[in-house]
Amino acid sequence: MAVAYELRCRECGKTYANTPLSICEECFSPLEVQCDLDAARSTFTPDTIAKGPSSMWRYQSLLPVPEDYVPTTPAGWTPLLHAPRLGKRIGANHLYIKNDAVCLPTLSFKDRVVSVALANAQIFGFDTVGCSSTGNLANAVAAQAARLGLKTYILVPADLEPAKILNTQVYGAKLVRIDGNYDHVNRLCSQIAERFNWGFVNVNLRPYYAEGSKTVGFEIAEQLGWRLPDNVVVPMAGGSLITKIRKAFRELVTLGLVEEKEVRFFGAQATGCSPISTAVKAGTENIEPQRPYTIARSLAIGNPADGPYASRCIRESGGWAEDVSDVEIVSAIQELAETEGVFTETAGGVTTAVTARLYAHRRIRPDELTVACITGNGLKTTDALAGAYDEERAIRPRLADFEAYVEEQSGDRELVGGANVR
Amino acid sequence: MSVKVLLPNAFQKHTDGAREIESKAHNLPELIAEIESSFPALRPHLRDEQGQVRRFINFYVNDEDIRFLGNEKYAFKDGDEVLVIPSIAGGSCCCCSYCGREECVCC
Repeated sequence: MAVAYELRCRECGKTYANTPLSICEECFSPLEVQCDLDAARSTFTPDTIAKGPSSMWRYQSLLPVPEDYVPTTPAGWTPLLHAPRLGKRIGANHLYIKNDAVCLPTLSFKDRVVSVALANAQIFGFDTVGCSSTGNLANAVAAQAARLGLKTYILVPADLEPAKILNTQVYGAKLVRIDGNYDHVNRLCSQIAERFNWGFVNVNLRPYYAEGSKTVGFEIAEQLGWRLPDNVVVPMAGGSLITKIRKAFRELVTLGLVEEKEVRFFGAQATGCSPISTAVKAGTENIEPQRPYTIARSLAIGNPADGPYASRCIRESGGWAEDVSDVEIVSAIQELAETEGVFTETAGGVTTAVTARLYAHRRIRPDELTVACITGNGLKTTDALAGAYDEERAIRPRLADFEAYVEEQSGDRELVGGANVR
Repeated sequence: MSVKVLLPNAFQKHTDGAREIESKAHNLPELIAEIESSFPALRPHLRDEQGQVRRFINFYVNDEDIRFLGNEKYAFKDGDEVLVIPSIAGGSCCCCSYCGREECVCC
């Protein structure tokens, strides 16, 4: 059976047979996977997709795995939630949340990319896999490698949130803390991948890994009834996700599953690490690296590998990028939880706060259909909310004490004697 | 004065397998010129059509991105270790993933 995908250089166009390689030997530029859309025409239809599994693997024929690949982890197919209460607060009439805070198995969108990367790690025969990570990727690699029986080396910045470290170690992964920021860790992984015969999901397996992000775009379109939104708001760390959602939409248009539409792409970053939004605002694809300083550590990549592509994607689409302060991030985490019942991590706070600003600044009009991508779960970054709430004092288990408590809280006797009290 | 320069695997096809060189260069432009004169086969791969060093190639001095140190203005010190590492990106955007052209003709 012919494999319906190959590697292709983003800059010079040279093609390569499938191999664990991420850099073109001719021009040292990034490689990406090119799927044969013609080969997928008969299998990638609304009917066949609807009959597929309730996971991202319903889109298997546009993912870089062999036709007979049997997935072992049901990542993806997360809820697309209408968000009227958040929308009302920020002036949005048709706002949706793509909720990857509940992506399985490790509660972030990284489960999608790791599923594809590790499938290819097995195909290439690696017995050890690894990654450089700001946390979510570490969790996803550790969990899925455990399920596949692969050995793992996972490198993270030493100051990573304790929950993300624990959520990696529990799977038996070898976690190596590096005295540096993500960019230091990532560079070291590039060197390790050249020295050791290991599959690093975001280094030598990166072209395959990145394709997994397309499933966010496929799902948004399918969950909207096979149509594209007007706008998408996407958090940006390395900048890959936003470009892959656009790639997904284009593939759907090409295959005729959705009507063509110029979707506008909006990027979200924390001000403490905003190399891509800075470039977008300056109208350039040239990314000036930054030294990250933000609580949004999952977005703290100062030298984003896909930054030039992300900036181009946003500008070409007529979108925009914004960045928000740490204080705004925390407020937005609370606002999303209070209005829509979705508890996201700091990166989701970034997306929510930027979405609110885009409406406030009229970059997005109230009646447009907008999807904000929430990519991770708040349980992983509870330290961001440290001190946000007073510790409640305990009361005795007596009704009179409870009534006194409620009265004290509300300062309103009517509430105690009101309709809710029988 | 000399600095140690570590080259990425991707270069080795054009450097007869050399992975490490000692250089007398005083700064980044001199280093790039020296690499190119030592390995003439590398030059057409290292620079784009306009003669610029390709944007995906990064230089680090003793663990620090050279752009934080002044980039071309940074004066190498004796014993500096220079790492050359291409960016690893998987992005896509400028061209149609179906026809593979920047100016899409098929959709």
